[in-house]
Amino acid sequence: MEKLLEVDHLTKVFSFGSMLSRIRITAADNVSFYIKPAEIFALAGESGCGKSTTARMILGFEERTSGTILYSGKKVARSEKVWFTQGIQAIFQDPFGTFNPLRTVDRYFFETVQNYMGHRSKDVAIKLIDHHLKAVGLTYEEVSSRYPSEFSGGQLQRISIARALLTNPILLIADEPVSMVDASLRMSIVNLFKTLKEELAVSVLYITHDLATAYYVSDRIAIMFRGDIVEMGPVEKVLMDPKHSYTKLLRESIPEADPKKRWSTRVTLAELEHEEYLRVGCKFAGRCPGAKEICTCEVPPNTYVDDVLVKCHRYSGRYP
Amino acid sequence: MNESILQTEQLKAFYVLDVYGTPKVVKAVNEVDLEIKENEVYGIAGESGCGKTTLLKALVGAIEPPLRLVGGRVLYHMVGDEVDIFSLDEEEKRRLRWEYVSYVPQGSMSVLNPVIKLKETYRDFIESHASKDMRADAFQIARNHIAELGLPLKILDAYPHQLSGGMRQRVTIALATLLHPRIIIADEPTTALDVVVQRGVVQLLKDIQRRLENTIVVVTHDMGVQANIADRIGIMYAGKIVEESTTERIFGNPHHPYTQYLINSLPRFGDKTTRKSVPGSPPSLVNLPSGCPFHPRCPYEMDICTEQVPSLVNRDLNHKVACWLAGEGEYGKAS
Repeated sequence: MEKLLEVDHLTKVFSFGSMLSRIRITAADNVSFYIKPAEIFALAGESGCGKSTTARMILGFEERTSGTILYSGKKVARSEKVWFTQGIQAIFQDPFGTFNPLRTVDRYFFETVQNYMGHRSKDVAIKLIDHHLKAVGLTYEEVSSRYPSEFSGGQLQRISIARALLTNPILLIADEPVSMVDASLRMSIVNLFKTLKEELAVSVLYITHDLATAYYVSDRIAIMFRGDIVEMGPVEKVLMDPKHSYTKLLRESIPEADPKKRWSTRVTLAELEHEEYLRVGCKFAGRCPGAKEICTCEVPPNTYVDDVLVKCHRYSGRYP
Repeated sequence: MNESILQTEQLKAFYVLDVYGTPKVVKAVNEVDLEIKENEVYGIAGESGCGKTTLLKALVGAIEPPLRLVGGRVLYHMVGDEVDIFSLDEEEKRRLRWEYVSYVPQGSMSVLNPVIKLKETYRDFIESHASKDMRADAFQIARNHIAELGLPLKILDAYPHQLSGGMRQRVTIALATLLHPRIIIADEPTTALDVVVQRGVVQLLKDIQRRLENTIVVVTHDMGVQANIADRIGIMYAGKIVEESTTERIFGNPHHPYTQYLINSLPRFGDKTTRKSVPGSPPSLVNLPSGCPFHPRCPYEMDICTEQVPSLVNRDLNHKVACWLAGEGEYGKAS
């Protein structure tokens, strides 16, 4: 099976404080996954679970502590950027933060054309830009010499996707692309990813905390918790029949838009976040209803249950 | 049916700006009639920039330039008395707030003073709003209240930065309910929170409502949260309420095309069929389209929609809609 991007034991340790009282937080702990061509892979979890850190390491914005990244079979060195970013483009959370408010939006397009395709005449460039803007439902006329403040959040997010498409990427890394977009326009962005996958065979690494859109759009999903991938597999299996207690909690906590399905059970929240990072054994043991002694002292191994990877002692064969 | 506790009559609040010499009027709240009842959770939903937050500001009487009250009244029904908040002076308004109505603004986790411990914040608050005999045992009151709501007591000795966003949000809600207000107005209380924490905040609000038997007005664009907490929902579009009914009816049988889009675009588990979002983009509140403000995005647009603004009328029992299609008259669709 062909793998477009493979991430192997990627680890990032942040350390805080002075030399004497140092706190080390493992933001991403041996994260391994792969993305196939023309596939939408979701990386989901709550804030502070390490999903953005993982994306930033892939994009080279954050230096990795250890681990390797393979891009179409080739190892990516820590400093390499250009050949890599041509195939892999990023879309960020805040569309207003992506563009400089004092520059017209089309200048970003011309710059990208110049950086990746060498010098072209303006007409050729406009043709190219128009072609990619049409893919997201806009035209060059609508965008040319206008400032970011003249667009809505949803439009700007589509513009930043069109900009990313200019280099003909095979993988888009989208870090929370819809969380700042209005609910009424959210689906237009998510549907766009589906179309790109189906028509241009573009893969998407869809990073989100919104499991409902993740379910809707993605093929496979990985659930992260405090730096670990706790469950990974086909989205139908992971979200419709969750195995790890954390996935179950997440799945239950999503407010369903149906007044007949209100929450009937109560939830306990973590009191202090970093305590969970520093926990020995399973990091979810403090909140898990099925926690046993082994969970608090030994890190659960990755076990495959019916195509789904689960990091839980319940499936390791050592659960009492 | 419960008594109404908070009512607006043709409320109009506009931002009047002066841009390079040309006046610009942002019609953020435009002829809104609300009637919120005692002991209910009233949800207000709508996309960003539709005037939700401005409506809440007008409800608590916090109108400051460039926002101006252009017309209408906000009436509070207190023990048989009817009080128009705009007829009160500053001191009376201050007394009304917190004791009778409390407002949890958006991003309220950043309202806490970062350089003092939370118990000092609680004391500050009790000293400026509560009666004399409450001040003496301010800490005791704070402690009891925190314990009642099931939050850990050690937070009183913490600084705000030591708590997570969700905990800060819950502390702020606890602070707002300390004096057992009859009405709590919460602006996007769960936005920017994680799903599990969001559920905790909704749980806290529901607990408070059950214990105090008071009224909560909650604004959020998240229809999932609305479905979970609200008893009745008002859908806001371009400064107006376009549909209002019980939660069951809004989700089960939405009448306004905008509401239909909002509800049908929500992804659901176990159903991967394509969802369509509302076409087009929200109108500018400076330059509203003629007639019904939704008509440029509406799939059922008719001639009358571009000419006349539909008013919010009762369609069925307790189900109000502002749409030409929903009316009884010649334009109404046979239902």
